[in-house]
Amino acid sequence: MLKRLTIIALAALVAAVAPASAQSKKDSVVVGMTLEPPGLDPTSAAAAAIAEVTLYNVYETLTKINEDGSVSPLLASSWKASSDLKSYTFKLVKGVKFQNGEAFDSAAVKFSFERAGAANSTNKDKALFQAMEQVAAPDAETIEIKLKHSEPNLPFLLGQATASIVEPKSAPTNATQPVGTGPYTLGAWAKGSSLTLNKWPDYRNAAAVKLSKVTIRFISDPAAQVAALLSGDVDAFPRGTSARTLAQFKADPRFTVLIGGSKAKTIVTINNKKKPLDDVRVRRAILAAIDRKAMIEGAVDGLGTPIGSFYVPGSLGYVDTTDINPYDPEKAKKLLAEAGVTTPLQLSLRLPPPAYARQGGEVLAAQLAKVGIVAKIENLEWAAWLSQVFNGPHDFDLTIVSHVEPFDLVKFTEKNYYFGYQSEAFDKLYQSIVDTPDEAGRAKLLGDAQRMLATDAAAGFLFQPQWITIINKKLKGVWKDVPQFENDFASWSWE
Amino acid sequence: MQATGLHQNRKLWNVRPPKTGVPARMSVFLLRRCLTLLATLVGASLIIFLVLDALPGNAAQMLMGADASPDAVRALTVKLGLDQPLALRYLHWLGGLVSGNLGNSYAYGTPVAELIGERLTMTIPLAILAMGLTTVLALAAGIYTAANHNRIGDVGVMSLTQIGIALPNFWFAILLILLFAVKLQWLSAGGFPGWEDGIWPGLRSLLLPAVALAVVQAAILARVTRSAVLDVLREDFVRTARAKGLTKREVLWQHVLRNAMIPVLTVMGLQFANLLAGTIVIENVFYLPGLGRLIFQSIANRDLIVVRNCVMLLAAMVIVVNFVVDVLYAVIDPRIKVHEL
Repeated sequence: MLKRLTIIALAALVAAVAPASAQSKKDSVVVGMTLEPPGLDPTSAAAAAIAEVTLYNVYETLTKINEDGSVSPLLASSWKASSDLKSYTFKLVKGVKFQNGEAFDSAAVKFSFERAGAANSTNKDKALFQAMEQVAAPDAETIEIKLKHSEPNLPFLLGQATASIVEPKSAPTNATQPVGTGPYTLGAWAKGSSLTLNKWPDYRNAAAVKLSKVTIRFISDPAAQVAALLSGDVDAFPRGTSARTLAQFKADPRFTVLIGGSKAKTIVTINNKKKPLDDVRVRRAILAAIDRKAMIEGAVDGLGTPIGSFYVPGSLGYVDTTDINPYDPEKAKKLLAEAGVTTPLQLSLRLPPPAYARQGGEVLAAQLAKVGIVAKIENLEWAAWLSQVFNGPHDFDLTIVSHVEPFDLVKFTEKNYYFGYQSEAFDKLYQSIVDTPDEAGRAKLLGDAQRMLATDAAAGFLFQPQWITIINKKLKGVWKDVPQFENDFASWSWE
Repeated sequence: MQATGLHQNRKLWNVRPPKTGVPARMSVFLLRRCLTLLATLVGASLIIFLVLDALPGNAAQMLMGADASPDAVRALTVKLGLDQPLALRYLHWLGGLVSGNLGNSYAYGTPVAELIGERLTMTIPLAILAMGLTTVLALAAGIYTAANHNRIGDVGVMSLTQIGIALPNFWFAILLILLFAVKLQWLSAGGFPGWEDGIWPGLRSLLLPAVALAVVQAAILARVTRSAVLDVLREDFVRTARAKGLTKREVLWQHVLRNAMIPVLTVMGLQFANLLAGTIVIENVFYLPGLGRLIFQSIANRDLIVVRNCVMLLAAMVIVVNFVVDVLYAVIDPRIKVHEL
């Protein structure tokens, strides 16, 4: 009797101590994420983490941006653009319901876009929605959008989280109780710890959704991310911050390592308005001092593709411009002398928190030192960087940051942007890109624009970063490339 | 025959305070304590508010991020009330504190009280668990080493505590994770499942963090205990007790320990307060949703309304812990009167 009791007690102990994740693997997954979203409404707050949790999972958009950056139908079954690319007509999918039972129709789309463009809107892409002169719903399945200017990328832009279609009645509480048309609903959210998404049984294509439960754990510490993967606590870690431990995961047969491209551009921003940086020769000197290969090695452990302009490989009209201001320290010194700059030239280099910026900053300072430029490094936290460098007084000479928005050449036309770049020629060129409806013509002009920015040395264009996603070998359907921050859980499944 | 110093003294001291006066003095003591608490909190609130307000950047900009249109940022600033003058915002916050309405977090949009409450369901059990482990380990080691002063056991255990003090707790935590989570896979590497699924899953997830916290603290406390016990062992009344025929063990347990507890208790009070607020590094390693990380994240996000209220809560908790320690002094050593503290 006693013996049996001992055995039972031992068995209970073993059961209690054994890892809980070992069971019920087939239809649920635990995902690690670096940052926790502040609220779950991507249409009223901007954090990328919101989209990573909700986009295509809880909320859906008219269009869907695929792994390769192409656009396919989602809530819209088809669309048509006018020849001047100023008006678009979207046909909506029929019979779709919101998770609270309300019907999805053109009224919801109209509501969503008008809300995003309203005066008190806090949508990150407010400008896009304010550029919509009119959003009309001639019938329940049709949406007509008239734009103030032509926009060739509208179908792509409407596939982003900021263009999520919300339901009018539940919209105000979406941050805490999200309601969309997507395959998952919010289960529980233990703030600071984890969040669960449950499969919505009434989803229009529920049979295709394999995972019935997705648990997302928020783990910001790189060492903890590694431990969580190694111990099997999490099955996948999309876009983790553990580049330095990549070799370990590559060698481990339990894991698949996905290294994917992005639409992001990591650059040294040069404050074009400040003396002597307003002189193109000084900016060219800075670019000539930068060895991109060494920079990529030092900043992101080699996980980047060199770029010569504000545009990434794989996008429409991409041209390689890395040879316009190639690495040439001797030329850099000559350019500085030509510009009449007395060396050593003192410049401030104010860096935001991410590792690529801090590590890249060290590399940059060392490279600049060789041509007689002394970069004084100052490390800032995000809030300070945003309020002093990016906004407000633009108090900096140089900084390093990754611009993650796709297709944002337009930033070089904005007069008050922190680039400080002013060029009438570029403004005109950009306008003609926007006004050119045919793709081939636009591609050519886009090439010209890239070359112009590179020639003007408008910024120190460094590299296109790559994201590292580490997953359990048996997990299938996880995207390698991510044109925007998202996780399409509906396409995931266990082998 | 008068037994020990302690009992002897109690008789002498008992003469002084007349019995009827005790409750009155006790309430004066409490009142004085409450007033101090209030003054400290008001002072703290002003400092907290001004210091945090001096930080560059604001919540609206942080929430909207770099790519947001400036118009949207402005709209959010107004919505959060961040455009109001400093004095007005301070008074508004104080008013909220008094009426028990802490306001809503800028970032999460949910009530601050709720956020803090959620975190406390993890932070307080972790602090208690770690403190319990610390106490057991430290008292055992401290008493053992003092009783075996200068023998091999004493030297051995004291060298271990030396290592314990030198050990950075986050590094020790990583070692624990590597052994128990990665290698043996007995426990998870971090996270906290909450208490909904019962006590055991929650406790399990707090086990490694508690051990990581306790080892370093116990090393310190063990040394304090040892020297306190050694000090008391040298007292005259110990010799007297031994002379009247009590065994070494009886003297140690009946007379020495109680007298040695005052410094031990003082250090324990400090350690407990530290466990409530100062465990952020361990919280990060185990990705636990504790109060420390909430404050840290909120500072980074400029979610100042959360930071302010958390810091106020911590100030209040530290004051309360100190108060409890003071009262415990009197319980342990009746020579100390509460109203004289």
